[in-house]
This record gives sequence, structure tokens and C-alpha cells, in this order.
Amino acid sequence: MQLTLKVWRQDNPNDAGRFETYQATDLKDEMSFLEMLDAVNENLIEDGREPIVFDSDCREGICGTCGLMINGQAHGPQKGTTTCQLHMRKFRDGETVTIEPWRAAAFPVIKDLMVDRSAFDAIVQSGGFITADTGSARDANEILVPKPAADASMDAAGCIGCGACVAACPNGAGQLFTSAKLAHLNLLPQGQAERYKRTEDMVETMELFFGSCTNYGECQEACPKEIPIDFIAMMNRDFLKSKLSNRKLSGQKR
Amino acid sequence: MSNVVLDSKVPEGPIQDRWDNHKFNMKLVNPANKRKFTVLVVGTGLAGAAAAATLAELGYQVKCFTFHDSPRRAHSIAAQGGINGAKNYKNDGDSVYRLFYDTVKGGDFRARESNVYRLAQVSVDIIDQCVAQGVPFAREYGGLLDNRSFGGAQVSRTFYARGQTGQQLLLGAYQALMQQVSLGRVELHTKTELLDVVKKDGVAVGIVTRNVNSGEVKSWSGHATLLCTGGYGNAFYLSTNAMNSNVTAAWRAHKKGALFANACYTQIHPTCIPASDESQSKLTLMSESLRNDGRIWVPKKFDDNRPADQIPEEDRDYYLERKYPSYGNLAPRDIASRAAKVVCDEGRGVGPLKNGVFLDFSESIDRLGHDTVFERYGNLFDMYERITDEDPMKVPMRIYPASHYTMGGLWVDYNLMTTVPGLYALGEANFSDHGANRLGASALMQGLADGYFVAPYTVGDYLAGLLGQGVVPTSDPVFAEAEQVVRDEARRWLSTGGTKSPEYYHRELGKLVWDYCGMERNQNGLEKALSEIPALREEFQKNVRVLGSAEGVNQSLEKVGRVADFFDLGELMCRDALMREESCGGHFRVEHQTDDGEAQRNDDEFAFVGAWEWNGDGIPQTLHKEQLVFENVKPTQRSYK
Repeated sequence: MQLTLKVWRQDNPNDAGRFETYQATDLKDEMSFLEMLDAVNENLIEDGREPIVFDSDCREGICGTCGLMINGQAHGPQKGTTTCQLHMRKFRDGETVTIEPWRAAAFPVIKDLMVDRSAFDAIVQSGGFITADTGSARDANEILVPKPAADASMDAAGCIGCGACVAACPNGAGQLFTSAKLAHLNLLPQGQAERYKRTEDMVETMELFFGSCTNYGECQEACPKEIPIDFIAMMNRDFLKSKLSNRKLSGQKR
Repeated sequence: MSNVVLDSKVPEGPIQDRWDNHKFNMKLVNPANKRKFTVLVVGTGLAGAAAAATLAELGYQVKCFTFHDSPRRAHSIAAQGGINGAKNYKNDGDSVYRLFYDTVKGGDFRARESNVYRLAQVSVDIIDQCVAQGVPFAREYGGLLDNRSFGGAQVSRTFYARGQTGQQLLLGAYQALMQQVSLGRVELHTKTELLDVVKKDGVAVGIVTRNVNSGEVKSWSGHATLLCTGGYGNAFYLSTNAMNSNVTAAWRAHKKGALFANACYTQIHPTCIPASDESQSKLTLMSESLRNDGRIWVPKKFDDNRPADQIPEEDRDYYLERKYPSYGNLAPRDIASRAAKVVCDEGRGVGPLKNGVFLDFSESIDRLGHDTVFERYGNLFDMYERITDEDPMKVPMRIYPASHYTMGGLWVDYNLMTTVPGLYALGEANFSDHGANRLGASALMQGLADGYFVAPYTVGDYLAGLLGQGVVPTSDPVFAEAEQVVRDEARRWLSTGGTKSPEYYHRELGKLVWDYCGMERNQNGLEKALSEIPALREEFQKNVRVLGSAEGVNQSLEKVGRVADFFDLGELMCRDALMREESCGGHFRVEHQTDDGEAQRNDDEFAFVGAWEWNGDGIPQTLHKEQLVFENVKPTQRSYK
């Protein structure tokens, strides 16, 4: 199999950037998309040209490091699949494939296809945790977690923080990521004490970096872990509850 | 030349009381003094994130480093199956002592008993801690925690979160770390890679890093430095490790005087997806938990090319069930791996390249129903299908062993301190708890044990002795010298002007290490490797091509230094394997096997930890021995029959 690649090259964050065209030859169905790029890079190096910079690490679809816009789709054409788990059998011989970095105001390009996603860490840092200093825990089975709650929490916790949701969103919104972390923690009994403070802190931090959600739903389509937008509804409900009543009733002040 | 004394500092007394007594005897640092101490934590996997968060909670000033863009990317995230905890929630006879016993036995009697006992003790606290943090472990309908069984154990003590246990535990530790960042107690440096450990007067005083985005080389000083930088499985090139996993931090520490122990103890995991072709960049693990409900078999006949469903029962060889009736498909990893190699070498492998064995779920699907099996393993099946285009609910999976975990690592004493005072190694980066073979679901346990419950105590004990001393400032000449070495090295690679990429040499090296120091080793092969690796290294140093500059992002430059360290390490792995004239756990010397092909230990001569001292480039390391004493578990020939 052979492909024509149009790849975004950008030397540094301030460079205007441009598309460059490469031929990828001798491809096999069993190759992953990133192995295809590895091969292109080895050829570039042999030709004395700088290889294409892209992020990847585990190549098992779990670390969230990789992520490319492939023909305008975040992580490419296969549903529920990260870029590293996408294989060449999903492409046709002779096809032209356009490869870009995540495009979002909150994710500035560092070089070529690599972007800065530290805004996600800032959201988690603002409240995406349950305070439980080491050593303070009671016996694990003293906390009963109904199976449905544990399962729903786990569905949300499966987020890998890759940023596809933001890249796919016309608004560059970070709602799916933020709501997944909130749902993971807010659905569990252990997460109740900080539930409303957590929700306000994370939503407000999110708004410093990301656009607003207008319910396009592109995020859940792009999500390689198929996290549903139901969690955004839950986040909005918790945020409203928090602002309207809960904190005042409990006598808390900011 | 050498004044190394390997003092394990194991406390006295009955094994059950050692850790408690040791904790009581350790010096404390009062809360007002803790903030006067700076601790550098390198790596943010389970061990690193847990240690950084916990030390910060205690009040120390923590600086934490990762070369990833976020702490959450560390490779602990990819662990699938679970974490052991001796809770005995299943009432099936588990106890701290049984977990200790299983781990010492599983490690083929090459681990330090006292460390393993402590690991089993704190395993129960880890589960409590993780649940309190909101790790969404699997639950039963009544809301209690669920457990599953795992290879090498006959009790169900493994806690899990679907097939993503490592991810959930790491997110727990990451979140705890980020909370400490928000409180200003941890200074987090992402995209920052350690390139040297700095010593002054024999003591570790800091590190030198390179920012992989900007290229900036910088020094950091601390009262203590914790290396939590993972294992070295990528020495084989093809492994289940992440692309960026490397030995550089541990290796640079080794070159600065930290002894490197048991390099030949590498674990080959039995259930990975077989390689498909030359372009393959890594191998993918399928969780060992699959062996709970999958049956492993190959055709009895050679070159049987019928599809699996057309091979009748009587023509199938369920070889693990046949050879090991009591453990069956749950035999420990080293045993299951070698058994797979044996049948494939015989020519009974399956798949297009005949390089796999079947892992068959059809009986479980009949017994438990489609939905139950899919609920347990659905995400793993999906991953398998994405890679191979085959659905394990319909056709059996094909699996083959692959490099997965390394039991060897930096030598540490009971306090997890290396032979360099002030320098610690935690998690997979150290050698201490798994002996010659690690049991399933024990890596997560050890990383978190070291990070949450061991290092925070033992580091405090060391710091208490430094009260009143400031850090060595980064303006000290020792830092300037180390920075210069790092800058010179980058300049040298950039000006080599060769023709082949660092990736090419990594792949070539990996083939040598896998062929001669993989699942089976023998004297001839190892000696051959010890002459071929240096030859290839020489070519690599002359002919590698690194384009671009040292400023800004340069992934080839990052890679080339790591490959250089893998060359040195690969050589040490072979030297260690050649020295160890016995078979134990993951180290199988063909010359040393029982009549039925099992590993044959030699306890009289080799019941020691082999710790190697660096002597300089091109000079073989010196071996130091720490004798292992077994007071509680009597070494026996392991039997899983």
C-alpha cells in the first residue's frame, strides 16, 4: 500500500507553519498509523531531512499522549480508537491523507504535530481530586459503593486526557474532559464532601482556557474512550446546584 | 579501587516485627523542620507520584520531574490486570504471610525476605488508601470490593478496575500529586528529563535535567533524590513498555556509583499479541487476567493449518493444564512463557507466522454466557480486535510471550537507598522485591508501597541527620561540570554525521539482546553477545545520524542518549546472565535445567544478589554479592504441578 501524506510542519510555536507532502510506501495492513509515520521519519532522516515531530508513548491507547487530526477527524476514521491503535487496513491504497495537530486555542502547537495540553493539568489541579492524605484511610470495605455507581464512575474515569474532545469541538470547549473527571469523583461516596466546591473550581478553571459548550456533541463522537455527553449534563446540574443553593445552605463562604 | 560494602540494613527481630520496629527506631523530623528540606522526585508513575504527594503532605519541599507533558502519562498507566492486597475479603485463606510466601516463592527464592514481608504488610494499606482517593475498583452488587485470582496464587486477592487498574491507580496518585501542586508544596516540572545525578563528597546533592521542549539544561539541588523512573524492558527494543520508557536515569546513577543489581532478571510476559512484521514498534500486552477464563492450547499435530474451530478436542494440546494440573492456565509467568516457547519451537505454533498459541474463551462463553465474559474482558477484546482484526468472542486469541517487566535494577538497602547516600530508587527502578520473577498484580503493589508507605518514612530518617545543613547550591562547580558534560554529549551526537537513525540502532541492539539474553540463555550465545554488542556500539557511535539542534524539540537527540545507555545496559544484562550459572525465575540458562525442562537453581553458589559496580567506559563492571538469607521460607524447587 502507498499513501500521499500532507503533513503540518511548524518549526516552533511562533512559526506560521505549512503543509509538506511526503510519499509513504511499502505499507502493510498490520502497521499502525504511527508505525507508518515512524517509517516515513526513518526515510526522512536517511535523506538528511528533519523527522516529523509527533507525540506518542504507550501505543496501547491508554496513556493519552498521541493524537492527530487525520483527514479532519480527531484520531482518524475508526470510532473509539486512538491514533496509535488505528491500523493501515482502514486506509485505501493511493489515498491522500492530511495529518494535522490538534487545533484549539487552549492547545498551542509546540512543534509540527505536538501540542501543549497543560491546560488539562490546570483543571485537575484546581479540584480534580479527593482529599485523602496517605495514612488517613479507613478499611476499604467500610465504604460501600453500589455497583451501578462504581460502574458509572469507572465509565467516566476511563478518560485518557488526550484532548480529542477539544480538538473536535467547533468551540474548542473542554466540557467533556472536565465533566468526566467530575463524574468520576462526584458519583462516588468518597467524593461527596468536596463535590460542590470541586465542581465550581474545576468549571471556573476550565473557562479560563477553553471555549463554551453549545451541545454540538462532536466531542463524544471523537472520544476514543466513547465517554458520553451525559456527564456534561451532570456537571451542569452540579454547577447550578452549587451556585443556587448548596453552599449557602451549608453556611460555606468562599 | 572499590570500597563498596553492601549492607542491606535489614532490621533485627522476627520478620513480622521488623518494619514496625524499624519505623519506631527511625529518627523523626519535626513538622517545623520538614519544610527546610528539599526532596527531588524523578518520575511520576505510581512510585514517583505517590512518593511526591506523600512527602509533600508530610511538609517537605518537593520538586517533581517528568519528561512527559503530564504526570498522568507515566507507563504505570498501561498496567491492566490488578493489584494484590492481602485483605482476605474472600475468606479463602489469604494472609500477609501467604502473600509474602507466594511472592518469595514466585520470585524463585532470589528476593530479600524482609523487603517482601514489608511489601505484603503494607499491601492492605494501599487498598484502603486507593479506595479513599476514589479509585473506582470493581464492586459486587452489595457494594463490597470484588477480587479475582491471578497467576502464581491460589487465592483471590487481586483488586481491579476493569482492565485499566494501572490507569486508575495512577490517576489516583496523579490527583493526589496535583492537589499538592495546588497547595504549593510540590513544584512540578513536566517535559524535564534527568540527564545526570550530581554528587559532592560522595553524596547525592542534585540532578541535571534537559527541558525537552526548549532544550534548556539546568541544575537542581536537593537534600535527597528519589529515582522512580521505571524499568529497562526496552533494551529488547520490542517490549510492552511505552516508546519512551528507558533506563537513562538509573544508568546515569549507576555511572555515578550506584550499583546495578540482577540485570539479567527480566520478565517475559506470556500473554502478548505476537509480532506481525519488521516495522513493528512495540508489542501489546493482553492482561494476564485473561488466563482466568481462557484456556491455552496448540494443535497436537505439527503444521496443523485448520482453523481453530475445526480442530476437534482430541487434536488439541492444553499443554499448561497437562503439565501443571494444579495451577493449569494460571501457572506463573516465567513458566507459562517458556512453555509457549517450547511448543512454538517444536513447530506447533499458530497464526500466519506460527509464532503464537491459542488463548480460547469458547468454554467460558458456554459456561458463563456471552455477556459475562464480555463484561469481564470486553475492553481487552476490543483492543485485540483493533490490532489483529479478529474477534476473540468468535475465534481464539493468539498470544506469545514478550518482554514486559524487569526485576533487576538499582541495588537498594532496606530503606530503598542506593549505594550513593541520599539517592533512592523506588518501584521498578530498584531490584528489591520480586527476586528472579514477579507475580502478576505485584508491580502496582510495589510501586505504591514504595511511594506511599516506605520511602516517606525512610527518607525522613536520612533527612533527620542533615538538620541544619542547606542544600549544595547549583552555583557550586559540581553542577557546572555536570551540565557541561550533558551539553558536550549533545554536541557530540549532533556532529557525528552518520547515516542511520537512533531508532535503527535500537532495533539492531534489541535483536541481539533478545536472541542471546531473552527467554533462554546459554554460555555460547552470551559470549557472542558480549563481543557483538560492543562492535555494534562502535558502529552506532560513528554512524548514527542526529539532525537538528540542541535547542527546541529534538526527539532524535532525546532518543540517541537513551539508546547509548541501552547499549551499556544490554552488555551488563549479558554479563550478569553469563555469571549466573543457574536457572531461576525469568533467567533460564539452558545448561541448568531439570530432566523435565524446569529451571534448576543452584542455591549453594548463587543465593545472592549480583550487584555490579561501574568502572568506567569500556571496562567491565565489578561484581559485588549480597548473600540472601532465607529464615522463613525454605527454598525448594518450585512446583506448580
